[in-house]
Amino acid sequence: MILARVLGNVVASQKNKRYDAARIMLVQPVNPDGSPRGVQMLALDSVDSGEGDLVIVVQEGWSASTAATGEPGAAIDSAIIGVVDYVEVFQ
Amino acid sequence: MQLARVVGNVVATIKNSTLTGRKLMVIQVLNGDLQPVGKPLVAIDSVGAGTGELVFWCRGKEASFPFEGSEVPTDCTIIGIVDSPQHVKNIGVLQP
Repeated sequence: MILARVLGNVVASQKNKRYDAARIMLVQPVNPDGSPRGVQMLALDSVDSGEGDLVIVVQEGWSASTAATGEPGAAIDSAIIGVVDYVEVFQ
Repeated sequence: MQLARVVGNVVATIKNSTLTGRKLMVIQVLNGDLQPVGKPLVAIDSVGAGTGELVFWCRGKEASFPFEGSEVPTDCTIIGIVDSPQHVKNIGVLQP
């Protein structure tokens, strides 16, 4: 899983049927200190996250499909599975 | 999943039999500001996307799931067409 910041969402009328009830969120992967890293990506929401939230994103198909639609086997490779309260890093 | 722009298509006569009738498109991956990132990819279309359209795509094994019933060998499939660039809401990166 990775940490990410929710930036917004995407609206698409014509899409895979397994996405029908889904919220497609635009997220920015971040480091534990909150700094951005990598390219913004899309993830289906399964926890009612909102813009600005720090979230946990799973990047594995079976888990993402199950979390976002309740069943595996959908063309989904990332899903938001938690909203982070805080991160502690000890170094 | 990531956003992308369809920038062209690929024609291949000799190909895996399960790819018969599938559209092979060239896509340019975009970031949240709809600016190009990385190099173009070849993707199979599952939603009827055309050149110039703003789409999103799925990577990995899950990319073959839209074609249930045939084992389509793909790791990159277009799975949705974004209604318009205005339908990509982006509040921008928040500083920690």
